[in-house]
Amino acid sequence: MAELARAPIAAPRRLPRLRRFLDGDLLWSFRRSPVTVGAAVVAFVIIGSAIAAPWVAPHNPYDLASVNLMDATDPPVWLHGGSWAYVLGTDNQGRDVLSTIIYGTRLSLLVGVLAVVAALILGVALGLVAGWSGGIVETMIMRVADVQLSFPAILIALLIDGVARTMLPHNVQAEIAIYVLIVSVALSNWVHFARTVRGSTLVERNKEYIQAARVIGVRPWRIVTGHLLPNVLGPVLVIATINLATAILTEATLSFLGVGLPPTQPSLGTLIRVGNDYLMSGDWWIALFPGIWLALLILSVNLLGDWLRDALNPKLR
Amino acid sequence: MAEPQALVEIRDLKRYFDVSPPPLERLLQRKPRAWVKALDGVSFTIRRGETFALVGESGCGKSTVARCLVGLYRPSAGKILFDGIDLAGLNRRKTAVPLRRRMQMIFQDPYASLNPRWRVRRIVAEPLVTHGLVGSRAERDARVAELLVQVRLSPEDGDKFPHEFSGGQRQRISIARALAARPEFLVCDEPTSALDVSVQAQILNLMKDLQSAFRLTCLFISHNLAVVYQVSDRVGVMYLGRLVEIAAAEQLFARPLHPYTRLLIDTIPRLDPVDGAAAEREPVAGEVPNPIDPPPGCAFHPRCPFADARCRAERPELIEADGALVACHAVAEGRLAPAALTTSSHPGATGRAGPSGKLAL
Ligand SMILES: Nc1ncnc2c1ncn2[C@@H]1O[C@H](COP(=O)(O)OP(=O)(O)O)[C@@H](O)[C@H]1O
Ligand code: SF4
Ligand SMILES: [Mg+2]
Repeated sequence: MAELARAPIAAPRRLPRLRRFLDGDLLWSFRRSPVTVGAAVVAFVIIGSAIAAPWVAPHNPYDLASVNLMDATDPPVWLHGGSWAYVLGTDNQGRDVLSTIIYGTRLSLLVGVLAVVAALILGVALGLVAGWSGGIVETMIMRVADVQLSFPAILIALLIDGVARTMLPHNVQAEIAIYVLIVSVALSNWVHFARTVRGSTLVERNKEYIQAARVIGVRPWRIVTGHLLPNVLGPVLVIATINLATAILTEATLSFLGVGLPPTQPSLGTLIRVGNDYLMSGDWWIALFPGIWLALLILSVNLLGDWLRDALNPKLR
Repeated sequence: MAEPQALVEIRDLKRYFDVSPPPLERLLQRKPRAWVKALDGVSFTIRRGETFALVGESGCGKSTVARCLVGLYRPSAGKILFDGIDLAGLNRRKTAVPLRRRMQMIFQDPYASLNPRWRVRRIVAEPLVTHGLVGSRAERDARVAELLVQVRLSPEDGDKFPHEFSGGQRQRISIARALAARPEFLVCDEPTSALDVSVQAQILNLMKDLQSAFRLTCLFISHNLAVVYQVSDRVGVMYLGRLVEIAAAEQLFARPLHPYTRLLIDTIPRLDPVDGAAAEREPVAGEVPNPIDPPPGCAFHPRCPFADARCRAERPELIEADGALVACHAVAEGRLAPAALTTSSHPGATGRAGPSGKLAL
């Protein structure tokens, strides 16, 4: 044993990360499910086109010079009076519906993603603190969460939006509309993260690997970030994906109700609201196509979230 | 009491757990507060280089002693001296951590004691990183590889996750992690009781080898007397949060003094190849009393064949008898002479060859 202790031993080489990922179960379970692959394709097209909007969209709906009021409320290409210039028709201001959808998705996604990221950070942090510290801190955080949960998300968003609108001067309201939206959607979503993370933290913190870290002398802060966090993040990823769909929908609802993004900066919800006014006059495409687009986006993101939940839960395999 | 060669000294250690009902329930239903006296005055010393074993039935407070020692629990009362330094006085991180590095712990459950999301390399390197024991990353990898080889795993195992290993292999990883801090004192809380009988011997042998190679002092906790007999130099027998007997291992197995120790040794599972499960069976007949409401006097009296009126009223303290420390009125009064045992029906008392020859692992 003694000479063994002194013998120099070469450390082995590490496996490349990519190889390890490609060998993984996650990819395998993905390829096995055609619904998931389909959802991924749809999500990729919708999200990809939104990100690459300036290059993909046939027109720039924000460029007032290129918008011609003469072309207002043209029908889609396959109807009488439609043209290839405006595949899905034009809206009441003569903007290309397809282009406004692509640009609108961009805003919807931006609000949704930022809101979910904010909710995730807030929720995970509060959940970890509650679960780790216990006592009065835990009680307070979880009571606030309970209260929050008993209000529907839309109501909370309307409340925050209303407060922001009354407190802020009129001229900045349009500019900051998007931030107000992000904060309200985030605040109505953090509870899911906090509850789940607190639950997992309560389970994990009593496990012996946490105690082992304490015996080693690891700082509490590093135990929480290094040991606890990675072990409570599994469900968080799933919640984040499903919450992205909810957040986009909440944003759309708020914009539809007129408390979200203004028509000069339209998200999918705004587009549906604007189009709604023209439904009666027969110009159904202005509202319908953004609606379909939104539904496809929500559905595909939800399906991906479901797959992720099943794939990450070993018990369901 | 203070022996110069003592590395660890525990004096009158107490640890109570508050298990009272919630305040509202206490108020409405007039329920009293309740405490589990997991440790109710435990004193012993561990000498440098020796393996001190704690035995006793499940729930008697063995793990609580271990957890108080390594700082996972704060003692309710009493003193723990490590190398002459009072651990309770170490409130500041800067002074506590260097001392804590010198004592490490191996846990019972090899499936829960390793972070499932970390690679073995990172797990084993954690003490190195925490205490700044290595400089470069290459140096760290080399040290981890060395540790893995010392516990008879391969350096390539560092790339794997804990779930890729068996229970025995995981316990080796735990041992490697504990050794990484270069401790002087190792607390092993039932390190083999979650393992298959066939694997237990391998792990015990590994630990014995490593202990002599690194001159470790060990506190070895087990409910399995056969395992204790294999590894320990001295043994403390616990019953309901108190030590009832402390003796050198050889003496304890050859001439147990306390009636509870005798009972434990009598019921050691014999080596019996047909009945492999014997090692798992309840070692002692009778109920273990509730530590929330322990019996008055000697806590063992409801199960003790030698109990009398004094035993039911007065709690015995540890006193020296026949070279051991025993807490028993009958032994102190001479009612129960150690010599009487050799002629009695206690098979555990038939001399050294008896238990060693017959013990099953
Ligand atoms: N955190 C705790 N809270 C309440 N009771 C506890 C706690 N830890 C241990 N106990 C109680 O203390 C007693 C001793 O437990 P333990 O030290 O784990 O025993 P052992 O390791 O000998 O099986 C048991 O009755 C147990 O229920
Ligand atoms: S003190 Fe009395 S009851 Fe306790 S072990 Fe001794 S004889 Fe038995
Ligand atoms: Mg225990």
